[in-house]
Amino acid sequence: MSTDTEPLLRATELFKAFGPTDALDTASLSVAAGETVAVMGPSGSGKSTLLHCAAGIMKPDAGSVRYDGRELTALSDGERSELRRTEFGFVFQFGQLIPELTCLENVALPLRLGGMRRKLAEAEAERWLGTFDVAEAALKRPGDVSGGQSQRVAVARALVTTPRVIFADEPTGALDSLNGELVMRLLTQSARESGAAIVLVTHEARVAAYADREVIVRDGRTQPVVLT
Amino acid sequence: MSIGHALLALLEAGPRHGYDLKRAYDIHLGADRPLHYGQVYSTLSRLLRNGLVEVAGLESGDGPDRKRYAITDAGITDVESWLAGPERPEVYLQNVLYAKVVLALLSGRDAQRVLDTQRAEHLKHMRELTKRKSDGDLVDQLICDHALFHLEADLRWLELTAARIDQLREQVRTTTEGGK
Repeated sequence: MSTDTEPLLRATELFKAFGPTDALDTASLSVAAGETVAVMGPSGSGKSTLLHCAAGIMKPDAGSVRYDGRELTALSDGERSELRRTEFGFVFQFGQLIPELTCLENVALPLRLGGMRRKLAEAEAERWLGTFDVAEAALKRPGDVSGGQSQRVAVARALVTTPRVIFADEPTGALDSLNGELVMRLLTQSARESGAAIVLVTHEARVAAYADREVIVRDGRTQPVVLT
Repeated sequence: MSIGHALLALLEAGPRHGYDLKRAYDIHLGADRPLHYGQVYSTLSRLLRNGLVEVAGLESGDGPDRKRYAITDAGITDVESWLAGPERPEVYLQNVLYAKVVLALLSGRDAQRVLDTQRAEHLKHMRELTKRKSDGDLVDQLICDHALFHLEADLRWLELTAARIDQLREQVRTTTEGGK
C-alpha cells in the first residue's frame, strides 16, 4: 500500500529509446491519490511515452515505476494487464471504442471482462451514460454518434470500473472548444467525486488548466518545477 | 472599456439612479474592477452635458437629492453606433514578455529561465480562472474564457520561443557583434 509519504504513482528516471531515438531520458513523474497532473510539452517531446510507461502499457528500458507499493516494471505482462484492467482507466484522442459494439456495450465491456453479469454491467453502464449526458447514444454504434458524444462515451468507459488512476492522452485533441470543455469538466468532476487521480497528457494550456499542477516534458526530460 | 457607452446601454432598460447603475455595471461587467462612485457621477454629468441622458426625476430624502437618469434618443443612437462598430484589435507589438526575453538574450542571461518562470505563472493564473469558471455562472464563464484564450495565446508564444531559443540567442549575438 502507498503511505502518506509515498505518492500513489511514481515514475523515476525513466529511459526509453525507439531505435536510435531517445524518447525518454531521465523523465520522472509522481501523482498523489486524487490528484490531477497535466503532462505538457511540444509534439514529440516524449509526453505520451511517459504516460504509456507510467501506465504499464510500455516497459521503460531503465528506471522505476511504482504504483501503490508495487514495482510495475517487475510485473509480468499478465499481471500488468490485470492491474490496468482493475485499477486504471484510459482515455485517448480517438479510436478507442469498438465500432461493432453499441455505446452501451462499449461502456459495459470493462465490467464484463471483470466477470460482471451482463444485466448488471449494462445497468451500471447506462447510469454512467446518463451522468455524461449521452443516454440517447446507448443503442447506437460509435460511428453513428458525434465526435463529442463518442468521447463522452469513452470517458464513461474509462470511469465505469471506478479506477484509482485515469490516464488521458490528449482527450480533447479531436474535439472543438465547446465539446472539449464539456469532456474536461465531466472528466475532472467525476474523478474528483470518486477520488481518482488523473494523468493528463495535453499540449493545450486551457486543458492543462483543469489540473492541480503541471509537469513539463522537453526532449524526453521532465523539467524542474518553477515556483512562482 | 467605454464606461459612458456601458452606462448608456444599461439605461436602455429604463431610468435608474447612479447607485443602481453602478451595481448593474459591477454585476455584469465589473469582474475584478468595480466602478467608483466618482466615475459613475462624472460620466453621468458628461452624458448629461452632451444630451445623451436626461434627468427623469428627483427624489428628496435624508441625504442629498437622488436623480434618476434616462437615456435620450441621441443616447440610443450613440449606443447603437458603438455596438455596431468593430473595436480595433490590440496589436501587442510592445509586450513586456517579449521585452524581457530580448533583454535576457542581449545581456547574456538565462532567457529559458524567463520563459519557464512566466509559463508557470500563466498556468497558475489559468488554473484559478478555470476553477472560477467551473464554480461560476454564465457571466463568469464568458469573462474567464476571454481571459483564458488570451493567456493561452501568450503561452503558445512562450512555447514557440522556447523551442527556438538557441536560434534567437545566436541571432542576437551576431546582431550585437555586427553593431559594434
